[in-house]
Amino acid sequence: MVSLQILYPFSYLRQVMKLSKILMLTAAILPLFLFILPMWSISLQAPQYPIPLQINIFITHLEGEQEGDIQNFDLMNHYVGMRKLPTEMVEFDIFPFVIGAMSLMGIIFALVGNKKLYLTWFIIMALLGVAGIYDFYLWLYDYGHNLDPRAAIQLLDAYQPPVFGTKQILNFTVRSYPSLGAVFLGIGILLSPVAYYIEKKKERG
Amino acid sequence: MKLLSKTVLLSAAIGFLFILASCGQNGNSSKSGALSKSAAERVFVPPGEYDEFYAFISGGFSGQLTIYGLPSGRLFKIIPVFSLDAEKAYGFNEETKPMLETSYGFIPWDDAHHPDLSQTNGEIDGRWLFINANNTPRIARISLRTFETEEIIEIPNSAGNHSSSFVTENTEYVIAGTRFSIPIPQKDISIEEYKGNFKGTLSFLKVDPETGEMDIAFQILMPGFDYDLTHPGRGKSHGWMFFSTYNTEEANTLLEVNASQNDKDFIAAINWKKAEEFIKEGKYKTMPSKYAHNVYDETSHTATSTMKKGVKVLDASQLPGLVYFLPTPKSPHGCDVDPTGEYIVGSGKLAAALTVHSFTKMLKAIEDKKFDGEAYGIPILNFDAVNAGTVVQPGLGPLHTEFDGKGFAYTTFFISSEVVKWQLGTWKVIDRKPTYYSVGHLMIPGGNSRKPFGKYMVAMNKITKDRYLPTGPEVCQSAQLYDITGDKMELLLDFPTIGEPHYAAAIPASLIKDKSQKIYKLEDNKHPYATKSEKETKVVRNGKDVHIYMTMIRSHFAPDNIEGVKVGDRVYFHVTNLEQDYDVPHGIAMIGARTSELLIMPGQTETFVWEPRQVGVWPFYCTDFCSALHQEMQGYIRVSPRGSNTPLKWSLDGE
Repeated sequence: MVSLQILYPFSYLRQVMKLSKILMLTAAILPLFLFILPMWSISLQAPQYPIPLQINIFITHLEGEQEGDIQNFDLMNHYVGMRKLPTEMVEFDIFPFVIGAMSLMGIIFALVGNKKLYLTWFIIMALLGVAGIYDFYLWLYDYGHNLDPRAAIQLLDAYQPPVFGTKQILNFTVRSYPSLGAVFLGIGILLSPVAYYIEKKKERG
Repeated sequence: MKLLSKTVLLSAAIGFLFILASCGQNGNSSKSGALSKSAAERVFVPPGEYDEFYAFISGGFSGQLTIYGLPSGRLFKIIPVFSLDAEKAYGFNEETKPMLETSYGFIPWDDAHHPDLSQTNGEIDGRWLFINANNTPRIARISLRTFETEEIIEIPNSAGNHSSSFVTENTEYVIAGTRFSIPIPQKDISIEEYKGNFKGTLSFLKVDPETGEMDIAFQILMPGFDYDLTHPGRGKSHGWMFFSTYNTEEANTLLEVNASQNDKDFIAAINWKKAEEFIKEGKYKTMPSKYAHNVYDETSHTATSTMKKGVKVLDASQLPGLVYFLPTPKSPHGCDVDPTGEYIVGSGKLAAALTVHSFTKMLKAIEDKKFDGEAYGIPILNFDAVNAGTVVQPGLGPLHTEFDGKGFAYTTFFISSEVVKWQLGTWKVIDRKPTYYSVGHLMIPGGNSRKPFGKYMVAMNKITKDRYLPTGPEVCQSAQLYDITGDKMELLLDFPTIGEPHYAAAIPASLIKDKSQKIYKLEDNKHPYATKSEKETKVVRNGKDVHIYMTMIRSHFAPDNIEGVKVGDRVYFHVTNLEQDYDVPHGIAMIGARTSELLIMPGQTETFVWEPRQVGVWPFYCTDFCSALHQEMQGYIRVSPRGSNTPLKWSLDGE
C-alpha cells in the first residue's frame, strides 16, 4: 500500500494536468539535480591504488571521492608535468547559470504547454549538451598536452584521459564516465521529445 | 633379444600394476583429504587474503608488542612500547621521548609480559590493549585504532610488576601486582629483615571508559609474598580478583630452595567492590609516592610526561573482608578463571596435580567462617571447603590454563613440555600434545573473557633447540598453533617470535580491522611546529637553536637547500608529512646526527635534533622508499664556522 501512496500525488497531478505537461515539467526539473550530484567521474586505478583515486566533477567544483583524492591526483599528475586540478574555472561560473536558466525555461515552456516549445527546449538542451562535452574534451586535451617541459617523466604520448570510456595510461587504468547528475540530465533531455510526441499524437487522435 | 623383450614386457606389466595400485591409493587419499584438510591447508592464507585473527604477542625482553596473523603466523608489526625503536624513532624523536620517562628518569628498555584486551560485559571489545613492564613497574595502553602506544603509567610501591596487566570485565580496572616484595615505603634496612618488613602491593588502575586513560585508584598493601599472576572474576565472581602467590615462606635468599618449603601457598582473593567501599569510607592512607604518567596526544603527535604524587593505600591486614587466602599446593604460578567465573585454577608449578577452587564454595566458606588460621590478619580458608576438584597427575610443572568456552580447559606443562586438555567438572584428562619445547603461557582468542573463540590455541615456548635452522648460540623462541575444534588437539604450525613470548591476546580481525586508522588528518595536526603547506616552511634562528619547519611530499623536502647553520648550533628538524594518502610514510635521516631516522606517517609531525660539529655541506634524505623518485628525495645543509656571517636562507627549486 505504501508504494501506491507514493503515486497519489501523481494521480492528483493527472487530474489537473495533461501527461505531456507532467513529462515536460519533470524534464525541466531533472537537470537541477546537477546542483547536488556530480556530473562526471574520472578514476585512476593502479596496482598501488587498489581503491581507485576518483574525482567527481560537479557543475560548480571538483571533489575527491575520498578525502585527499584531489591532492593525490595532483601528486600523481605532477610526475608527468600536468597542472594542478583547478579550484576555479569559467565553467564553474557559467554552468550553474546555464542549467538554472534552462530549467526555468523548461518550466515556463511546460506551463505554456506548447508542444513546439518542448521540441525547442530539447534542441537547445541537446546542443548545449554537445557543447558541454566538447568543452570537457578541450579541457582534458589542454591538461593532457600542455605539460611542464621540466617534468620528471617525459611522455612519448599525450597524457589525456578519455572523455568517455576506459583507457590505460602508464600504470593507471583511467575510467571516465557520467555520474548520477548527468544521468538525470540525460533523462530530462530525453523526456522532452516524448512529451512532444504524446502531445502530437493526441492532437492527431 | 627375446629375454630382453620379455624383461621389458614384464617390467611394463609390473609398472602398470603399480600405476593401478597407486591410482587406488590416490583415490583413497584424496577422499580422506576432502574430509579433513591438511595442516598446511588450514594455516594457508592465500596471497592478498586476510587472517581470521589478530594475535598480540608480548615481545618479552624486547620490551615491545608484536602483531601476528592467525592462522598464518605472519608477523605484521612490532609496536614499540617499553623499549627504544630506532626504526620508528620511538624514544629517539622529541615527541616520544617522554613516553619512557619514569620516576627514575629516562629508561630505554623493559621486559613486557602480559597483554590483555579491553572488555565490555565480559567480552573483548577491540578498543585497547594493555601490557605490563615487569622490571620498572609500568602499564602501557595501546590503541587498537592507531596500533600505537598511547599511554604509559608507572606503578609506585612495587617491584617486578608481573601479576599484570589483566582487565576486569567492563574494563573498570587494569591490575598490577608486586612480584618482589620490598620495604614500602623504601628504606635502608638489612635484607635479612625481610620477614614482616617487606610488603607487596596490588594496584587497581581505573580506566576512563571514553579515553582509556589510566589512573591509580588505589593500592592494597599485602604481606611480603611474591604475587605472581592474576585473573579477574567474571559473571558471578565479577568484583573479585584472584592472585597466585609463592614465597609465602618470605625467604630473601636462594628462593629456589627456601621458597619451595611450604606444602601450600595461597591464591589471594581480593574483593575489589569491598575495596571501593573502604575507599569511600576513607579507610585508606595516602602514601607520598612518586610516579610518572605519560600520555601521547594524537593531534599534537606529542607525548607529555607528568610526575604524579600520592596514592591511596588500603592495608589488607587491617581491613576484614577485603582479602582471603585460598591454600593452593606448591608455589602456584598461573591463576586462571573459567568463562563462567565459577572455577579458579591454581597451577602449583611444583605439584603433580592441578588444584581447582570453586567460587561458590569460597563464598560459603567465608560465610561459615571455615578458616584455618590467618596470615598477617588475613583469613586462610579451609582447603577442602573451597576446593572444587583436582586434576590428578596431568603432567609435570603446570603453568597456565585457558578455556575454550565449551567446558574444556587447556593447561601448559613446562617440565613435561606439553599442553593437556581436560574437562571442567569431571577433572578428566581428555588429550595431551607435546610442545617444542617447554611451553610457558598459552592463549585462546578471547581466553580471558566470558566468550572465548575456541578455534585455535597458541602455545608459547621458552626453548626451541633444534626446531629451526641454527643461528649461533642465540636461537629464536617460538609459538605453536593448535586446532582445538575436535576432541584431540592438532598441531598446525610453528612460528618464531620476537623476544620471549610471555603471553598473548587475540581478537577476531572483523572486530577491529575496519577501524584501523589510515592517515592522520593534516588539518587536525596541532603539533606546535607543524607546517601545513610548503608556503609556510621556514628556518628560524633563536640563539644557538635553529628550528627548521620542513615539509615532505612525493618526492621532495621543502626546503631542501639550507644555509646559515653554524658549527655548535642545535638544529631542530620539525618535519611534517603533507601526504594524505594511505601507506605513504616518508622518512628522514641526516648524516652524523646522533639519533635515529624519523618515520613520519601522513599528516604527522616529528622532530629530531642535529648538532653539526664540522664545517661543510651535509646531505639528508628520505629513508622510506616512498615513490618512483624516492632516490631524488634529498637535500643539503651548509654548515659555516662559528662566528661566520653566512646569512640564514632556505629554498626549494631556487624559490
